[in-house]
Amino acid sequence: MAEKKIKIIVAKPGLDGHDRGAKLLSRIFAEAGMEVVYTGLRQTPEMIVEAALQEDADVVGLSSLSGVHNYFFPKVVELLKAKKLGNVLVVGGGIIPLEDIPTLKKLGIAEIFGPGTSTDTIVGFIKANVKSK
Amino acid sequence: MDIDYVAEILEGSPLAMARVMTWLENEDERARSCMEKIYPHTGNAYVLGITGSPGTGKSTLTDGVTWQLRNKELTVGIVAVDPSSPFTGGALLGDRIRMTRHSADPGVFMRSMATRGYLGGLAQFTRGAVKVLDAGGKDFVIIETVGVGQDEVDVMRVADTTCVVLVPGLGDVIQSMKAGIMEIADIYVINKYDRPGADQLFAEVQFRVDQDSSIKDRSWVPPVIATVAVEGKGEDDFLEAITAHRTYLEQSGKLLEKRRNRIHEETLQMIHHELFRIIRERLTKDSRIEQMVEEIMNHKLNPYNVVEKVVDEWLPASRLK
Ligand code: B12
Ligand SMILES: Nc1nc2c(ncn2[C@@H]2O[C@H](COP(=O)(O)OP(=O)(O)O)[C@@H](O)[C@H]2O)c(=O)[nH]1
Ligand SMILES: [Mg+2]
Repeated sequence: MAEKKIKIIVAKPGLDGHDRGAKLLSRIFAEAGMEVVYTGLRQTPEMIVEAALQEDADVVGLSSLSGVHNYFFPKVVELLKAKKLGNVLVVGGGIIPLEDIPTLKKLGIAEIFGPGTSTDTIVGFIKANVKSK
Repeated sequence: MDIDYVAEILEGSPLAMARVMTWLENEDERARSCMEKIYPHTGNAYVLGITGSPGTGKSTLTDGVTWQLRNKELTVGIVAVDPSSPFTGGALLGDRIRMTRHSADPGVFMRSMATRGYLGGLAQFTRGAVKVLDAGGKDFVIIETVGVGQDEVDVMRVADTTCVVLVPGLGDVIQSMKAGIMEIADIYVINKYDRPGADQLFAEVQFRVDQDSSIKDRSWVPPVIATVAVEGKGEDDFLEAITAHRTYLEQSGKLLEKRRNRIHEETLQMIHHELFRIIRERLTKDSRIEQMVEEIMNHKLNPYNVVEKVVDEWLPASRLK
């Protein structure tokens, strides 16, 4: 059997136009040996989950800098579960107030990474937590 | 409960199609029995290949053709192949960005794939993915691949109609047309026609096509289509050319001939791949290959008699004449 690769969707939900972080991370993930599908801006949760389904993604990475995380992040988790994709690891980042993080984690987002997080930490977390299929 | 992947694929379940494609990519054993069972249900989809240099607009065109096909209520499967980095093994697969308007449409299934440095196996897993989409009931399957190197020529053997995308301002077209495009293109698309130099490029390509068809006796002369994919201009001409080529293939009997050749080649390639895999696995398992290398280094053996030994050992029948 050939070597397995981590496949990750990087998506920007909602109308948020801050894409520097998402683009940077896409490059970092590829450099870490992952296969990265960048979906671009203005994604609905349905579009993100459909991409995860068709691409058979191991990880969905959500980036939000416009304060829409409390709605969009849990919605993506919910739709993934509805599509029998509960095994997909969901991580997020961007401008997320610290007090929102416990609720997001309770709702199924595995981890949240704010500005200044070293990319090694992010890559390390994903590699350690991705589930096999 | 276990999922019956074959039944699910035949019902067009995206979950099952996606998972079997992953198995194909990983050369996971589970793929084989599935592929065997779905095989009788393949051969119905029409396969379109779109190739060209990076950034020429292949994904944007794929999006446009998909839109046109959806308007005719045809379902579409897309396989977009992008290169893996030979250094990190990772890949940035950006083709979805251009196709977001279809991402919530159940009539479209789009899969991004990285080349992963396959040894001649790229065509094999692309073929596999096409079969999965075909068995899943997609009317059209579009394969997008970068460049026109050897691998890509391979991939284009999977397609019924092959389209080569060119754009103005990308250097010497005539040069790149020598490198084998003339043999594989059924349709030329001159995209980015809004850019300077488009008319000149169009004329150059048209000239080459005319020249070529006067040298060789060709029953199909590749049309040259002008498009501005970002504005959707020329998409209908493009689809018309595809349809014309399909009609030509069907009416001339060339489609059957093409598919027969494909099965011939594919079968040989699969046998090659499997024999090689088995022998490599055995030779590496007990480090025999290392011993052989050592002995070749010491001039006790040479690669020629090593090959003979290996073949004699595992394929003795081949020596019984
Ligand atoms: C650059 C910038 C812009 C640029 C964006 C350019 C672009 N294409 O990205 C421009 C000038 C266009 C812009 C516009 C606006 N901006 Co602005 N912008 C910023 C700024 C200064 C930096 C953002 C950035 O690029 N950082 C660099 C990247 C690499 O960092 P990052 O995205 O945070 O990513 C890191 C982590 O968060 C994490 N991460 C991020 N995403 C993900 C995803 C995953 C999966 C993981 C694992 C990790 C992860 O990892 C990264 C590496 O550590 C921030 C302030 C700040 N300090 O963050 C404001 C900021 C984000 N902007 C803000 C605002 C308000 C706006 C505007 C609404 C302003 C206006 N009134 O017009 C507009 C909206 C634009 C739009 N359409 O959405 C606010 C948002 C406030 C809020 N959330 O409540 C901020 C916080 C400034 C502020 N303090 O008020 N902005
Ligand atoms: N000016 C112009 N730009 C185009 C046209 N078609 C595509 N593009 C742009 O060219 C870039 C690459 O397009 P893409 O479809 O991703 O190319 P691919 O790499 O061949 O798949 C994108 O920025 C497109 O918006 C066109 O007809 N005219
Ligand atoms: Mg592309």
